Amino acid sequence: MNSETGSCHLGDASPTARATGRGQISIRNVSKLYDPDGARVLAMDNCSMEIEAGEFCVVVGPSGCGKTTLLNAIAGFHDITAGEIFIDGELLCSPEKKAPPGSDRIVVFQNGALFPWFTVLENVIFGPVVQGGIGKKEAREKAREMLNQMGLHGIESNYPSELSGGMRRRVEIARAMMNDPRVLLLDEPFRAMDALTKTVVQQFLLDLYDKCRKTVFFITHDLEEAIFLGSKVYIMTTRPAKIKTVLQVDIPRPRDFRVLSSSRYMRLKKECIEAVHEEALKAFAAGEREMA
Amino acid sequence: MSNAAGARAAMDVAVESRGPNSWEIAVFSVKQWFKSAAPYLNLLGITAFVLFWYATTEYLKLPWFKKLPGPVGVFKEWVSRDPAYGISIYTPEYYSHILKSVWRVVQAFFLATSLGVPIGLFMGWKKVFKDYTFPLLEILRPIPMLAWVPLSILMWPGREQSIIFLTFLGSFFATVLNTLLGVESIDEVYLRAANSLGAKPRHIFFKIILPGALPFIFTGLQISMGFCWFSLVAGEMLAGEYGLGYLIWNSFIMVEYPVIVIAMVTLGVIGWFSSALIRAAGNRLMQWKVREDAR
Repeated sequence: MNSETGSCHLGDASPTARATGRGQISIRNVSKLYDPDGARVLAMDNCSMEIEAGEFCVVVGPSGCGKTTLLNAIAGFHDITAGEIFIDGELLCSPEKKAPPGSDRIVVFQNGALFPWFTVLENVIFGPVVQGGIGKKEAREKAREMLNQMGLHGIESNYPSELSGGMRRRVEIARAMMNDPRVLLLDEPFRAMDALTKTVVQQFLLDLYDKCRKTVFFITHDLEEAIFLGSKVYIMTTRPAKIKTVLQVDIPRPRDFRVLSSSRYMRLKKECIEAVHEEALKAFAAGEREMA
Repeated sequence: MSNAAGARAAMDVAVESRGPNSWEIAVFSVKQWFKSAAPYLNLLGITAFVLFWYATTEYLKLPWFKKLPGPVGVFKEWVSRDPAYGISIYTPEYYSHILKSVWRVVQAFFLATSLGVPIGLFMGWKKVFKDYTFPLLEILRPIPMLAWVPLSILMWPGREQSIIFLTFLGSFFATVLNTLLGVESIDEVYLRAANSLGAKPRHIFFKIILPGALPFIFTGLQISMGFCWFSLVAGEMLAGEYGLGYLIWNSFIMVEYPVIVIAMVTLGVIGWFSSALIRAAGNRLMQWKVREDAR
């Protein structure tokens, strides 16, 4: 279980992390207590994670367990009530400090957030243009290049509503990559997709990861997706979210759909299912209790 | 040198296939429309109404309707080179009334839009500003425009200003409210995405809040244009010396009944035209919406 927690001190983490790459994240004993009207709902309970720079980390847990709370804290949308989160050795958030959202931690949202009033190209250059320091023309060239590399050419002047769901999601990932973020935060991005589209977009993400090795923080409730994509999979308990197990996925990269029928994958999946099933039952029982 | 390169790059963007342009979409949809039953049913509906009007007023001369001008009489007067009551498409008076009314509406509508849209956007964007202004808006908004007539006459030095003020009031509140609703309709996720991408407040305002609210703003502008004409006619009836509202009221007093109907139909046509103009402007500004709806 999560043996790495505590092995990494702030003092030695920052220089080495910067030397080896960007996007090393330490989540230390983080809790979040929602207290809207004295209800005191604990969404996250003492979670600790160590994510290496360039690691593909997946957090999987039952729906509504509080996974997104953690992502929102890293993104800067929510605060936390206990613990600390560091990125490349810098304190990002603690109960006293809420990080503002920023282009070094770009979020790809569950239902997509391409601006419908901008074309694909305008969406993709949005980040660089608002951050300044780069002309529109230069940004356009860079965006075209990136879209071409990602196999998304020929749709620059379309509006998001004219694209399929899978295409839209790929454009959104491209928009995130334009900012060269330290970490890519993906909040169940493939949730509402049909199985076929999903495999295409998953493959897209895997290829992208192989090319650029960004740190990825990926949230899902889908175990198969978690093992297929991730290098390290954190399995969360039902609410309040705690870390139940950490799984190192030792399937070599580059990966493609054939992984899904390998014996290694099957073995990992079996391990996972047992851990998660127990939690699912608990979640179900808790739901029953709430109903009663 | 760099300017030329920039212009070429801009051209490239424009030339690069944007799918069908708005003009092609418009032509296509008109063609489609004529293939459907809709235009013929539209025409049939109007014909039925005119026939009913003719039957009740000029043919059967039913008791309630016999004082009203009939369609044939009105039409003859309207296109007469020598109209009995002095108003037809050949008289300059007709056009000076129309121009006067249109000019008043243009001024009032311009004022209401250029004040109402920014105020609505700010109310939706900054909660503090909404807290200051929203109750005031909600109290002032339901006051019927006619109730403002006395104060308006007291407040402004001339009739012209007070008519424009009344016209402005009617459309101002509709514009503010719809703009506010437009901002509030924007999904929180776009604001989060923009923040995450590093947008500063001015980008949030101009690149998210404004375009995001635009569909509601244009719905509001169509409604507010309707209110403009409503308030204008009321204002002109009470305080005018020119304009279609004045013409209607004056013709009533002078027992020149066909002129009333001429002015009414003129108002209808101009009102419809002004709404269509706003819709066209909206479609031009919201290509993304047009193409979304075209699917």
